[in-house]
Amino acid sequence: MDNSSDVRTGRGGVTLRDLTVGYRDRIAVEAVSGVFAAGSLTAIVGPNGAGKTTLLQAIAGLVRPRGGSIEVATAVVPADLAYLPQSPAVDRDFPISVLEFAALGGWRTVGVLGRAPRELWSRGLGALEALGLGKQADSMIAELSVGEFRRALFARVIVQDAPIILLDEPFAGVDVVTSQELLRLVRRWHGEGRTVMAVLHDVDQVLATFPETLLLARKTIAWGETANALSTENIVAAGLRSERPA
Amino acid sequence: MNVWAALTGPFSDYDFMRSALVACTALAMASGPLGTLLLLRRMGLVGDVLSHAVMPGAAVGFAVAGSALVVLSIGGLVTGIAVVLLMIVGTRLGAQREDASLAAFYFASIGIGVLVVAVRGTNLDLMHVLLGTVLAIDFPGLVLIVAISSVVIAVLALIFRPIALQSLDPDFLRRMGGGDSTWRAIFLLLVVLDLVAAFQAFGTLLAGVPLLLPAAAARCWARRIAPLIALSIGFGVVAGYAGLLLSYHLNVPSGGAIACAAAVIYAVSALVPASRGLATRST
Repeated sequence: MDNSSDVRTGRGGVTLRDLTVGYRDRIAVEAVSGVFAAGSLTAIVGPNGAGKTTLLQAIAGLVRPRGGSIEVATAVVPADLAYLPQSPAVDRDFPISVLEFAALGGWRTVGVLGRAPRELWSRGLGALEALGLGKQADSMIAELSVGEFRRALFARVIVQDAPIILLDEPFAGVDVVTSQELLRLVRRWHGEGRTVMAVLHDVDQVLATFPETLLLARKTIAWGETANALSTENIVAAGLRSERPA
Repeated sequence: MNVWAALTGPFSDYDFMRSALVACTALAMASGPLGTLLLLRRMGLVGDVLSHAVMPGAAVGFAVAGSALVVLSIGGLVTGIAVVLLMIVGTRLGAQREDASLAAFYFASIGIGVLVVAVRGTNLDLMHVLLGTVLAIDFPGLVLIVAISSVVIAVLALIFRPIALQSLDPDFLRRMGGGDSTWRAIFLLLVVLDLVAAFQAFGTLLAGVPLLLPAAAARCWARRIAPLIALSIGFGVVAGYAGLLLSYHLNVPSGGAIACAAAVIYAVSALVPASRGLATRST
């Protein structure tokens, strides 16, 4: 855990022990235990209100667990966790260029007073080009379409270069072409050894791309190899599909 | 009288006009960036309310020590900070909708301030507290205004990034380890400081003018943050200069004249058709 090259190779796992998270009198996630192994690519699937977003927020450190523990094992703490919320609270009218927005991924290295190195700008531009936003680098984020802005958010995650990446409904509201490109990027992250977990709805997409799945309905219904986790029996148990009358 | 003399004469002939111009310029330089960030946070109303929050404390200072500037300013600072704290606590408790409690602060501040001044002072004193005395700023007063403006500019320069990021994407800043309410509190403190300085020149009713109007006008012209701030400062300086000149030649109250000049700049900016295109968004 003390090898800084781990950040690049992405050796970062997340271990949940009896994790319970809730808001006020509502328990959103109950007694979830398991391991997101280093370098794993896991889909988190479940019905609405199953606690998927809450789980990611807890791992991202935005919500304090009510019980149990989350252990994030990476080289550098806590810089190495990228989180892309479902509907980020970004003020789209704020006067910032697309390139500057992507470069925010390097906030940790630059901070409040540091000078942004030239290398950060080239990494930002590289990330934008990889996502087909190269020409819009100097545009304002207010000028981007919904799909383009989603790409810009992914560019910021690229620049952040974190070994653990949390994505909440990353393809919601974007067209097929965009979602396929973004999915390709997720596969690339997996290939680079990063630990990726994504909340998703599209079961076919999960079956096609994600080796592992956590099926969540407040409690863990199944967690493991996707084909097993998403068995008909489990899907019915999670309340994702009602049992068909015989 | 030639044009040059009309434009510069008042300032070369009279000390009080020079002091007023220096004060307006210093306030414009601090208020430009501060007001720009305030409007980007959609907190224009908060700025307005805070400008009144300065009044009760300043009024108590007046009742205790007459028109001693330092006492007035400390009093204003105390009630301004008190209202900031109440706002932060109130938002956290979520007991009241923010606009409702802001309206309450607004009227309570003016009400208390007017009562306190009326108990000890004359109607003229009340006018001074409400509308300021930009033409009667003495040397210590000028030093205070310039010093506060300098502090505001320096601190803002140091914490500009987190303040801007907090307005753009507060969750991201939080995840990057930025203390959310700390930055907000520092920022609001700077706003109060700026308003305390402006109070001296513009009074409680117009203290928000340099903070809000130039920045609002700049938003009609620029879409990047550096030009936004530069234009805000420029508009503020021009409004101060034009207002003072106007008040001198037409023999009208200077605070009101500066407010009118700033309002005209804003009105022209908002109406110029060419500036509209910049505000559109393609989705």
